[in-house]
Amino acid sequence: MMKKLNYRLVIFILATIFGIVFTIPSFLGKNPKVNLGLDLQGGMYLVLGVKGEAAVENRIKTIASTIKYITQKKDIFIDNLKIKKDVLSFELIDKDDMPKMDEILKKFKGIKISKQIKNGSIVYTITFTPKEIEKIKENAIKQAILTIRSRLDAYGLAEPSVTQQGKDKIVVELPGIKTEKEKREIKKLISSAAHLELYLVDDEHRVTTPKEAAKYGDILLPDKNNPKHLWLLKTPPVLDGSMITDATVGFTQKTNQPAIFFTLNPQGAAIFGDVTGKNIGKRLAIVVDNKVYSAPVIQERIGGGSGQITVGSTEEAHILAIALRSGSLPAPVVLLEQRSVGASLGADSIRKSMIALISGFIIVVIFMAWYYNFAGIIADIALVTNLFLIVAIMALFGATLTLPGMAGIVLTVGMAVDANVLINERIRELIREGKPMKVAIEGGYKNAMSAILDSNITTLIAALALFAYGTGTIKGFAITMAIGIMASMLTAILGTHGIWQYLIDTKKKITPKHFGMKV
Amino acid sequence: MELFSQDKIYNFMGKRKIFISISIILIVLSLFSIFTKGFNWGIDFKGGIEVEVRLPKPVPIGEVRKYVSKKFPEAIITTFGSPREILIKMSVKKVSPNIQKDIGIEIKKLLKPLGNVIIRRVDIVGAKVGNELRDKGIKALIFAIIGILIYVAIRFEWKFAVASVLALFHDTIIAMGAVSFFHVEVNLDVLAAILTLMGYSLNDTIVVFDRIREQIMKSKIKDLALLINEAISKTLSRTVLTSLTVFFVVFTLFVFGGEIIRPFSFTLLVGIIVGTYSSIFIASPLLIWFGFNIDDYRKKLIEKEKRRKEKEKMRQMYQGGVV
Repeated sequence: MMKKLNYRLVIFILATIFGIVFTIPSFLGKNPKVNLGLDLQGGMYLVLGVKGEAAVENRIKTIASTIKYITQKKDIFIDNLKIKKDVLSFELIDKDDMPKMDEILKKFKGIKISKQIKNGSIVYTITFTPKEIEKIKENAIKQAILTIRSRLDAYGLAEPSVTQQGKDKIVVELPGIKTEKEKREIKKLISSAAHLELYLVDDEHRVTTPKEAAKYGDILLPDKNNPKHLWLLKTPPVLDGSMITDATVGFTQKTNQPAIFFTLNPQGAAIFGDVTGKNIGKRLAIVVDNKVYSAPVIQERIGGGSGQITVGSTEEAHILAIALRSGSLPAPVVLLEQRSVGASLGADSIRKSMIALISGFIIVVIFMAWYYNFAGIIADIALVTNLFLIVAIMALFGATLTLPGMAGIVLTVGMAVDANVLINERIRELIREGKPMKVAIEGGYKNAMSAILDSNITTLIAALALFAYGTGTIKGFAITMAIGIMASMLTAILGTHGIWQYLIDTKKKITPKHFGMKV
Repeated sequence: MELFSQDKIYNFMGKRKIFISISIILIVLSLFSIFTKGFNWGIDFKGGIEVEVRLPKPVPIGEVRKYVSKKFPEAIITTFGSPREILIKMSVKKVSPNIQKDIGIEIKKLLKPLGNVIIRRVDIVGAKVGNELRDKGIKALIFAIIGILIYVAIRFEWKFAVASVLALFHDTIIAMGAVSFFHVEVNLDVLAAILTLMGYSLNDTIVVFDRIREQIMKSKIKDLALLINEAISKTLSRTVLTSLTVFFVVFTLFVFGGEIIRPFSFTLLVGIIVGTYSSIFIASPLLIWFGFNIDDYRKKLIEKEKRRKEKEKMRQMYQGGVV
């Protein structure tokens, strides 16, 4: 007679081997391994909000600069170039220039142009289409992520993670940050927009309020070293940081102050040359993130497209240079949430939750063996495999183990044996009814199935809700719970069934005593 | 080992009024605590600043307060699990963003006279984020309840579904009441505990309901109370056993797991006790009160079974025909 293959036992043994093989690397610190969450290994977690509107405003400013530059070059006269939030307006003096003007504007995509005749000149009003605004904001966050990522890479951090959350948020996770100084530098590195702009200083007017400044088409910006001192600057800026190709730290020749030397791309170099050539004797303000770093007098036309920014300290120069080199943030970011855990606390958390896991495990294992005798030991074997499977699956999927996740594993230990309790109770019931052992065992598994499935699925629904709406470490809890439940179905139902089947097939004598029953 | 005799039928339903009364009292007390005392919202939901420091040696808390209040008079200072662990809490609005950036360094500087303190943890959550997290938490709860309701309604019947969800509310309210009464901090972990508790308490209820459904098919008993008694008695040892194993692990988590997850383990500890109680004493009596009709349900089940058998017969015939 051909023996039927005990597929349950085969699957269970394979699962056990799989579990052990992929669990070991995690304990040796080799790949694939379970990643520890920031709350367990220490590190910093930041949530940044991206101000998308500012990206739109920056974009309109760039358009304004370009229009100004091109019209000057082509001798088209415009006046009253003004920016109000995300609306740009100017007057075209000569009506006959209209076709030329329209030709220039064609270059810009996604803008709405309206024209109005006023005192013989044409007033252009330019805004973005709603779709374009949406796109700019979307791009702003995408670019911000790339920028922050490259800044962190340049800083030399191990495994930073920068991801988008929702529509306008960025989550930055930095494992392994230790000192407070590092934390401060990184926060600065991430949150400074590094938006470089060059403005001509308006020496002709004397104003004290932003409103007055706006009358002349100017803005007032504070000096970096002396915030009370305000500079009156002509808008739009002649250049911005998007044209920078490189930035390095060095020292100025004369004063030996720390400084950043930047290089512009060809287009930027051309504009820089033109502007400096035309404005010799005037001041050019170097503005980073709306602060005037310096405003040297232009001595001569500066060709070659390079310039320098003097900075207070070398540390500051270093951070700013990285920021400038990796590009400016298209929109300013604000720190909404920051959590940092020291490595010592993380280690404590690991130790404490491991103690809870081990002691909980021992109690459950002893309890099951005491109550169900041999059947309890079989359930315990399934439980061990279950733990291996959780770690192995997490390692293979690169899931992150957090402190609540550890709690989830501890809970799983208590809950996974539930299936075996249900099954064993059913088997006992059938034994009491006088059924032969083989029939009782098969019947027990069959009768318990619907309750096991229903209860596991409802727990999975709760875990799914947590995963969908949970954030950060809570997601880790949902993940370990879900994996634990699914693994327990494999080990507690299939695995133990396979073992019993094997014992029956090999004609081992099974008695009610094996199920902890008094005879 | 056997704890309960399986042949004995305990008369749970005969005393259902007592149990329902106990539950109503507990729910009223819980709601009273929730509405008068309120919750001790953690920074996850309220926003705020928390700095955890470890001192080189235990120091009277007044001394720590003295140094910290030099710069942060509003700070609330408590020990956190051990006399060497200190938790400093502040409102986000009271501290300027510039100082927030370096709050760890600031605190370290202030506490310098106490020796080399270690900054263990710094959490800063903006008020806006707190609101968002709260919204998400409520959504998760609603999502879970609706999902469970639908699932139970499909698998059983809507009266079972409503009874189990009411039992769920019962457990959640009492667990939250305990959280409020004992002034346990409500953070994201507590939310996770509540959702776990829902899944768990439902487990128990469903096992009993599953048995009730089975008894309806098997026995000819027409009295619902008797039938429920039988179902609960037969599942009693399983209910108690599983509750015990889960209780053990949650208890070890509560004792050994440390201060950070104590709100989580506390909520679960209460929840498991209440959840076990409710699935035995509360969920099933609700069925009686809803006027659940055994005969109707039995007919429905028999009808379903008949259809299933017919289908099987058809399939066999069809397969037989092919072969």
